[in-house]
Parts: sequence; C-alpha cells; structure tokens
Amino acid sequence: MTGAAVVGLVVNPVAGLGGAAGLNGSDGVEVQRAALARGATPRAGERAARAVRTLMARRPGTRVRTVPGRMGEDSVRAAGAPYDLVRPTGPSEASPGGSAGTSAEDTRRAVAALAGVDLLLFAGGDGTARDVLDAVRALGGQAPPVLGVPAGVKVYSGCFAISPAAAGFVAAEFDPARTAEAEVVDLDEDAYRRGLVSPRLYGSLRVPAARAALSGRKAGSSGVAPATTEGVAREVVARMRPGVRYVLGPGATTRAVGRALGLATTLLGVDVVELAPAGGRLVAADVAEAELFGLVSGKESMLVLSVIGGQGFVLGRGNQQVSPRVLDAVLDGGRSGPGERLLVLATQQKLASLKGRPLLADSGDEDLDKKLGGHVQVITGYRESTIYRICAASEEFNG
Amino acid sequence: MNTTESFAELPVAPKPPLRRFHQARWDEPIIFELSAPGRRGVAVPEPGAPRVELPGSVSRAQPPKLPEMSQLHVLRHYLRLSQENLGVDLNIDVGQGTCTMKYSPKVNDRFAAAIAELHPLQHEDTVQGVLEIYWRLERMLAEISGMARVSLQPGSGSAAIYANIAMIRAYHAARGEARRDQVITTMFSHPSNAACAKTAGYEVITLMPDADGLPDIEALRAAVGPRTAALMITNPEDTGIFNPRIREFVDLVHEAGGLACYDQANANGILGITRARDAGFDLCHFNLHKTFSTPHACGGPAAGACGVSADLAPFLPGPVVAFDGESYRLETPPASIGKVRPFLGVTPNIVRAYAWIMAFGAEGLRQVAETAVLNNNYLMHKILQIPGASAPWDRRRVEQVRYSWQELSEQTGVHSEEIGVRAADFGVHYWTSHHPYVVPEPFTLEPTESYSKEDLDEYALILAHVAEEARRDPEFVKGAPYNQTVHKIDMTPLDDPKAWAPTWRAYVRKHLS
Amino acid sequence: MTHPYIPNAEPGVRAEMLAAIGASSVEDFYADIPAELRLARPLELPAPLTAEHDLVRHMKGLLDRVTDTEQALSFLGHGCYPHHVPAVCDEVNTRSEFLTAYAGEPYEDHGRFQALFEYVSMMGELLEMDVVNVPTYDGFQAAGTALRMACRYTKRSKVCVSAAISADKLSKLRDFLAPDIGIVLAPVGEGGEITLEAFDDSYAAIYLETPNVYGVVETRGRELADLAHAHGALLVVGADPISLGVLAPPASYGADIACGDIQSLGMHQSYGGGHAGYIATQDHEPLVAEFPSRLFGIAPTKVPGEYGFGDVYYDRTSFAHREEGKEWVGTAAALWGITAGVYLALMGPQGMRDLGETILARTRYAMDALAASVMVLHRDAIHFREFAIEVPSSAALLAGLRERGIYGGVALDDRTVLVCVTERHSIADIDRLAAAVQETL
Repeated sequence: MTGAAVVGLVVNPVAGLGGAAGLNGSDGVEVQRAALARGATPRAGERAARAVRTLMARRPGTRVRTVPGRMGEDSVRAAGAPYDLVRPTGPSEASPGGSAGTSAEDTRRAVAALAGVDLLLFAGGDGTARDVLDAVRALGGQAPPVLGVPAGVKVYSGCFAISPAAAGFVAAEFDPARTAEAEVVDLDEDAYRRGLVSPRLYGSLRVPAARAALSGRKAGSSGVAPATTEGVAREVVARMRPGVRYVLGPGATTRAVGRALGLATTLLGVDVVELAPAGGRLVAADVAEAELFGLVSGKESMLVLSVIGGQGFVLGRGNQQVSPRVLDAVLDGGRSGPGERLLVLATQQKLASLKGRPLLADSGDEDLDKKLGGHVQVITGYRESTIYRICAASEEFNG
Repeated sequence: MNTTESFAELPVAPKPPLRRFHQARWDEPIIFELSAPGRRGVAVPEPGAPRVELPGSVSRAQPPKLPEMSQLHVLRHYLRLSQENLGVDLNIDVGQGTCTMKYSPKVNDRFAAAIAELHPLQHEDTVQGVLEIYWRLERMLAEISGMARVSLQPGSGSAAIYANIAMIRAYHAARGEARRDQVITTMFSHPSNAACAKTAGYEVITLMPDADGLPDIEALRAAVGPRTAALMITNPEDTGIFNPRIREFVDLVHEAGGLACYDQANANGILGITRARDAGFDLCHFNLHKTFSTPHACGGPAAGACGVSADLAPFLPGPVVAFDGESYRLETPPASIGKVRPFLGVTPNIVRAYAWIMAFGAEGLRQVAETAVLNNNYLMHKILQIPGASAPWDRRRVEQVRYSWQELSEQTGVHSEEIGVRAADFGVHYWTSHHPYVVPEPFTLEPTESYSKEDLDEYALILAHVAEEARRDPEFVKGAPYNQTVHKIDMTPLDDPKAWAPTWRAYVRKHLS
Repeated sequence: MTHPYIPNAEPGVRAEMLAAIGASSVEDFYADIPAELRLARPLELPAPLTAEHDLVRHMKGLLDRVTDTEQALSFLGHGCYPHHVPAVCDEVNTRSEFLTAYAGEPYEDHGRFQALFEYVSMMGELLEMDVVNVPTYDGFQAAGTALRMACRYTKRSKVCVSAAISADKLSKLRDFLAPDIGIVLAPVGEGGEITLEAFDDSYAAIYLETPNVYGVVETRGRELADLAHAHGALLVVGADPISLGVLAPPASYGADIACGDIQSLGMHQSYGGGHAGYIATQDHEPLVAEFPSRLFGIAPTKVPGEYGFGDVYYDRTSFAHREEGKEWVGTAAALWGITAGVYLALMGPQGMRDLGETILARTRYAMDALAASVMVLHRDAIHFREFAIEVPSSAALLAGLRERGIYGGVALDDRTVLVCVTERHSIADIDRLAAAVQETL
C-alpha cells in the first residue's frame, strides 16, 4: 500500500498576488502592499484547498497537519478535511493585512514545525520554493519530501505539480520509496521587472517520483528508451577527448557528468574537469570567474551547460562565472564557433517545453552573445542529440 | 399478470444519443483452472512404426503441465475471450491514431486462406500465381511511391525501417563511406526511426519542432555533414501536419552526401496525391497493415514494404521476384543485405494488400486519400468544439491530428489516459501519443476512410460527454472503467520483481504456494 | 457509384461535411503540399474490380496457378513445417474480434491480454521457464534478440553460433548483430552435432540449435551449458517447441535463454506467413530487464476474483545502463501467439508426447526406408522431423520427384537434400517417397 499517512501543508498566502496585479512576482513586502492596493485578491489559499480536497477524495484516511490561519489552516478547513495544528516558534514580521504568514521567514518556520510529516505540500511559487529549500537544508536529513502546489506568478521549478488538483493526486498516490530530485529555480524579480528574465538555480528538493502513467501503452509503439540524466552524462563522457578542459556549469545533469567520471562535482558551482586514464580528474571545483579564466586561457576548453529554468537560458543565469572574457577564451578569440566549443545538456521533454523558442545566452556582453547565435548541439540521451537554435537574450526579448 | 413490473411503452422510444454499451464479461478463469486430468482436445496419429527410445540426456523427464481439456471447452474458453476484445469490425476505431485502423474486407481473408498449404520453398514452377501477386503488388507500390523497386519481405513497418537502415549502411559501406555514423530524424517522426537507427549502431540526431510545429530546417542545415548517413522522416508527421519544405530537407541531406528515407507507414492521406520519389527520397516504406488494409491481428502478423530508387536496388533484401515476360523467378540482388525474415514475406498479407488495391484502382485510391482527409478535418472540427480540447499549432492537418486536453486537465486534474479509459465505456478505443509527450495531455485521432459521418459524430459526442463528466465529477472519470470486462486494475505488482507474474507458473510459485 | 468500403464518398454527405467545416473542397486540406510535389496525373494502376464477384474471379485465376502441398506429396521443411492444424485454431484466429483488433487497453481488450498471457504461460510450462515474451516476428528475430540480450547481460560482444543452422538464419544474424557483435561459428562434427574447439571469457554466449538444421538432436547441452557458465557466458538454445513433448526442455540442461519459431504450433505454412518468435528466460530480474519485448502479467482489480492484466516491468527500458544496444518494439505476430496457445491447450501434455513419439518414429522409419537407395547423413544421431541425404545431384533428384507429384525435400547444396517428415506423413507416403527416389536415381 502506498500513500502518505500524514501530509503537511504550508501556504504562502500572498503568492500569486503580484502576477494578478501585473507586478511580475510577489517577493517583498512593498510589492505585496502595492498588489493589495491594486485590488489583487490572494489565490494561493484557494489553490491549496483544491489540492487538499483532491487528496482527501482519493485517500480519505489521510491526516493533514498544518499551521494556523492563512498559512494552512484556512485552506484545510475550506476543503472540509480534519487536521492537526502545529504552531511555528518565533516572532513574525509585520505584513499587509495585519496578520502573520507572508514573509520568507514565516514559510521557513512553518516548514520546520511540520518536519515530521511524510510528505509536505506547499502552495506558492518559485520564491516560496526557495524558502522551503532553505528550511529543508536547515533540517538536514530530517526533512520530508515536498511537493509544490502551483500558486505563484513564477512557477519554473521542477518541484511543482502541473496543477493544484494534480498535486492532490500525486500526494494521494505518493510512495515513500519512490522519490526523485527536482531543481529549484527562481528569477531575480527586480531584474524581471526591468524586463530581464534572469533565472537562477538554487538547489534541489526531494519530490515524489510520479509513477509513469500505465495506460496508453501501444503495441505498435517503439521502445525508445526515455532519456535519463545518466544517459545524457554517459554520452558526454563518451564524447570527451583527452587534453581538453571541460567546464561543467551548475545543475543536476552536469553533476551527473562528474559522477559518471567518478568525481564529486558541485550542484550549484562551476567545475573544471579533464579526462584521466581511469575516469576523470577534477581540475578545480566551484571556481570563481578569475580562476576559471586562468584555467581556460590558452588551453583547449569546452563548455558543458544545462538549461536553467523554463525560458531556455544556458548562459548568464546562475553561471555568471562564465564571463564574457571566459567565453571569449573558450571560443579561442572567435576562431572556434559555438558549435565546436559548447555542449548543452537537456532532455527532449525539456526542449519540447520551450515550444519552439530558442535557447538564450546572456553573458553580459551583447556582441559576444550575438556571436553565439546559431545552432548548438544539445545532448538528449545516450547516442542521442539534437541541434537547437540559440540566440542572444537581448535579441529575443527585443523582438 | 404481474402488475408491479414496469415496462416502457410501445412504440419503443428512440435510442439515446449515447450508446448504452457494456463489454462482454464472462468472468472467465485462467485456462489452467479449467483443466481436469485425462481430458484431450485433439488426437494425434499413431506412429505406425517402431518407437524410438531416447537417451536420458535428451528425454523429457516430466510431462509439461499444460491444461487437459476437451475440444468444446477449449473452443468455448477462447470464444469467450474473443468476445472480450474489440476489433475494428465492432467499433468506431478512429481513436488509435497513427495506426490507420480501417476496414479489412472479409473477402480478402478468403484469398489469404487459399494459400494456407503452400510451402515457401516449393519450386518456382509450382507457385507462379503467388509469385505473380508479389510481382504485381511490387509494381503497384512502386507506382504509388515512384520508387524503382520494392521488397515485400519485412514482417512489419518497424522491420521495414530496419531493413531500410541496413540498406543505407550497406550503400555507404560499398562507397567507402562507412564513417557516416549519424542518422537524423524528427521529434514527430515515428520513434521506430530513432530506435532502429540506434539498433543498427547509428548515433541519432532528433530535430525538435519549431514554433510552427514543423522540424527546424535551420537545425537540419547545422546538423548535416560528412557524418550524415541519412535523414529518416515521417510526413505528414504524427501531428498530421504536412511539411511543405520537405523537398528542401531532402536536398540539404543529399548535398551533404546522405540519403533520404521516407517513413510512409501511414500514407493513407496522400495516395495518388504526392509520391516519395517525386520529393527526392531514396528510400521509403509502407505498412501494409495500415494504408493497405491488412488486419492488425492484435499486433501482428503485419507486413512491411521497402521502396528504393534504382541506386539502392542492388542492396534490397533477397530474394525478390523477377519477371522475364513469361514466368516469375526468385532472384537475389547482387549486393543484397541478406535476409530480414524467413522466406519471401508475410504472404497472406501480401495477398490481402494486393486484393485491396485491386478493388480500388487509381481513382479509388485517390478517393480513399481524399475521404480520409475529409473525415479527419470533419472530426477535428467537431473535437475543437469541445471545451478544454485543442489542436496545438494553428495549421492544416492531413489524415490525423494530435490533440491536447491540457486545458481540461489543468482545470479538472483528469489526465488524457483517464479520459481514454472512460471513453472505452462507450465502446471505442482511444490512444494518447508516443513518449515523451511533446503535446501535453495528448490524444491522437485518425478517422481513415472507413467510417461514416454518423460514426464520427458519435465518437465526438462520446469525447464531449466524457469531458463534461470530468468537469462535473473528476473522481468518477478517474474511477473508470465501469462497463468493461474487468474493473480498474492496480498495476503496482507488475513492477515488483517479487510480485510480478509474467506466466501462470510464476503466479503459482509467488502467490499460490 | 459510392465505393462499398468508403461510406463518405457519397457526394451528398461529402458536401454536407465540407459545408460543416467551411471548406470549399478537399483541395483546401492539401494546401500545404507544394504544387511541384503534387502528382499531376492519375496513378497507373490496373482497372479496379469494385464488384466483389469480379475480384473473386480475378484472384481465383491467380491462386489456381499454384500446386500446393495438399495437391502434391510434400517433404519440405527447413524452417516451415507441415503439421496438422486443428480446426479450432483456425476458428479462433479468424474471429473478427481478434483478427481486426490492435492495441486497446486491458479493459476493452481484456480478451487479447488474457489469451496472450495464457499463451506465454503454456509456453512456460513446455519450456520450464517463468518468463516468455509476447511473440516477436519469427524465429530468426528471436535468435537475434536472444543473442543481443546475452551480450547486453554479459557486457561482451562476441558470440559462438552453431554452424548447424540454416544459411538464411545465419544471414539474418550477421546483419542484425552487425556492427558491434562478432560471430564465431562452431563447426558441425561427423555425427551431425556441433563441436567447440576453443572457448574463453570473451564470449557472451553459445548459441545451440536442437533439433538442428539437419534434424539432429544435440545431446551435449549440459556440457555446453557448463562450459558457457564456467566462462561467465550464457547458453542460448534454439528449440522448436513442438519437439518438447518428448525432448528435454533447454532449461533442464542449463540453458539461460530459449528461443525459436512457433509456426509448428497451429499455424499453416501459408507460403512463409505463419511465423512468430518466442524468447524465454527464468525469472531473474537482470535478465528480464534485457527483454525488448512486451511481457504480460496478472494484476488485481477493484473486484475480488477478477484477473486484470498489464505490462510487466514496463519501465525497464528507462534504466540508463540499459540504453546501449536497445532494440525497437513493434507490431509483430501476436495473433500467432494466441493460436499457439489454442494449439497447446488442445494438445495437452499427452497430445504433445504422442505427437513427439509419432514424429520420432516416422523420421527414423523414413531414414531407414531411404537408406536402401541413398546415403543418409548422420544416421547414428537422434533425429526429429528432418534428416539429410546425399545424392549425385540435388536438382536432378528433386526434378524427378516433382514429375512424380512429390516435393522431395529442400536442397541444402548441390548434393545434399533435407527431408522433412511429420505426423501428416503416413507410412504409405514415406514408402511412396522411398520408391520414387529409387526410381529417379
């Protein structure tokens, strides 16, 4: 029998406020005030209730544990489900509407208070996911798996279900033995409001591994193996040549490349590796820009980058270490094209989610970005790749 | 008379718009549970000669634990199982898109049965009529594709794709170009193109759709080069969209020295409209069980046909049928890739496909194509009126459409697979899409030429009804099926090595002892 | 005239549908096909035979121009065998529900799942193995896939293949295992069984066929299994399941994978159209993971006492370390699997034993009968259903027999002819062959 005996719920009640008010996000007390002033109504609580209703319909015996008021209790009550209450410790910041529960710290405290549940649902957006990530990190190995109920303006992280109802279903069918890693990505909202889309990878959370839907298996369909991170990593390793420096950007897929080489590379940092007689050699881990520039200058190098977030960024988001001068050095002063010196890693599914839009480069030097424009190889699996369009972010967003 | 019983009144009221279907439910045991010692289903001739004693090393020690049943009981068991199955002959089979489920004329089955006692290694003089059918079908498919020669040997569409890849490999090897180790395909080409290429040792480059839903031609330009062995592409793709720049795709690959191979598994919408060779393709294949009507037989036996240009003809699988103006002979092409299957082909299906084309002629085939396309566009018109259903990319469709329930699913939490299971409660099939799902919450409908307007109206009504149910009561839809042989299945044990039971003996060992 | 197979070709309904869509003609839907790609002329095809009677007459004209194995006395085998097909087999596999179905879910197509599950289960009993696939195309493909499975499982890329297999099957294996798997042939010894000269840790498998291409039953299975296992390799055995009522199943002497063709189990010869392949292993997860084919298993439903079915280990293809050397899955030969199940249920354990004994006895009888006039090869070996004879000219002998209404066998080369005897050949048929051979020579 699968399913979580105790499901926790935390709601970021102001998530999604800014979007409705055209404010591109809801981070920060000022923005929330502005949103309320523009007549925005909170919707996260309603969406959380939707998820709980679905969960209870699917698994009526589930116990829900939550925190008081708008941060959970109201939603569970609206869903008509029985619940236990826990009270987070510590003071709360002042927030619009005069009640608690709207700051990042509130979310973190609530997650800490709910640490003992089998699965934690949180309603919010990418900003909320970051707060949950912080809290989970603080809890160390004690943290439960989590699942996001999409309620924010920005929902680019992999830890969200596709809809509130879907979150309820996934929770109802949750099998503690089947979890997966999902990336937490967020945009810099100040930059976003200035017209710059700037996603950044913050880390990863443990989420339920949604069991593959079992129907729709056609006898006539083919047994192409679905791409996996490991398959992508093995293909990268198979293509590596001795004597070349490989710059691995942040992300779970690039970390898998390190693993395939037998190396402990970082999730969030930029690492430099080389092929060695037995596996690989870690030249430098989590390098800063200056160090990276030194490592690639005058040395044949290749950039191995994954796609960050839902817009298709491969450069300039979370990997600012790959600065214009680093890029220029890798491209050998322009003597080598991006097709030769850049490998992008992404599953077919991820590329498909771009709906035909190009990959984006925003290195900080628009001219260099334009030079990158064209088509790059994207590794999508073992002995599987695609050729995909990349262009300067400045061009794409300026039309 | 019992006055408490209530009946409807005469005249019998009209049928409701939705069929009150229920699939047969015989509650039939597994065949081993019907066994009783000593019973026999069929008797075998006595040896009539001295018995042969086998040494212990090769003699079977224990009799196999097969069921022991009398003939009627075997027959009855299987007829019950057959009733618990839904063939084209029984339903409006427009929901298994990409599979081209069309009517397989009954008379053609008789022709197939007529060759039951022909052995494939009989001398050519004793099988002239069958060789003539092979020859004539080959010539007809050559005309339909524009290709020079056609092999009818492959056992299915995927086997034909594999045979094409094997010919591509042999062609490049013969020209000293074995270094060509990449095959290019597209996301909406049938995945067997990628899978067969990988099996044959190729690295696969898959072009993604652009914002218009067509494969990105600039990506192809960047992808081709000295490593390109071939482009393997379906058109119209699984989306039902015809790629108008297909000739440019072919030319780009040719300029790089590669070959172009057309997956025409389903050519149903373009028979007599456009031909593979005219777009410059070097190879193509047909599935005779799709476009050319041979029955799907629960998943085979099927049949595939490989068409090739004159340059590739020497590499065809052997033997092929040759005609000298008087008689038909078997011959093996000079640089043949060899056998892809035993003997000459799946002959019963060769005979059926031949008879099917003969029943139509050129005008008839064109009418098949035009009607399949009309039916598809009519059904699309009906489906797009259902709230929550969409057809991504605002483009024309040929013979099928990949639709999406994304909106409905986001609103209700009900997935496309679940809608399909509930739709089956009204006596129809429904299929989603190959993986990965590029179109979210997909479903793929292909109404072929076999179905009437009334059939299409009924199918659309069923989907509209289920979509409405999903809004009203998503839990109900998720609990489906209700009108089937069995109720909702818990698939969990099938993935657990300790619990899974791929045979009855495994089931007995794990669960009954 | 509205074609009988196209209801919506009727002009009235066509116009109604176009109006509903808002299209002026069907041409609107073809607007994406560039003019230069459009075929500007009608296809050049024979005139249609739209009336069913005309079609029947035309087809009869073609199909009468053959002489089949019921009109002649046939001893042809070599991969396609003339066994008796019980009427119930034909009755079941011509049912519309099975014949015209494809790939429905395990709800509306429960019957297909159960019938195929029962087929693999009966094969499992015959083979004494727990895992059997839903049929692949044919025995050639089954052997190719079984060897690829062995290579993936052992992570090796060389196989030792019996030379006592048909030239066509070897041709298929060479193509299918290329480019990454090497084939080394194990030669055939004097007695008709294969001999292994050298074997080492570089091999993934030994492929043994029994009865082999000469009809010889291989007796050293256990020895070869031990040899393979001692070097970390697998024993893959190609066996015709029809022999297993009397012959030991491969698993009993240590085979890791069994494979073969099931045409013998209730399929007509059909000019080569009755083939389907099986692959079987024990229930050993790492080996099960290497099946590219579908496997069906029992699952519970919401109602007690109801058997549900589904795909076993469906996600196995997603395991990353299994991505190398993957194969495709597609429409293959499911209906022949259902038919073979019907056949095995009709035969039962005793029927399979009786059939095996009859074939063994008649094969030996035929060998002895022909030995009076020709050289019978491998006479000391055990033969099942087939044996080879050596003659001055294969072509001359077969032509002479053909004049006498006999298809005497398959020429393996200029001087070797393979003769096939089944339960359909009476003692009188065999005597007639022996007499005709003597006359012809």
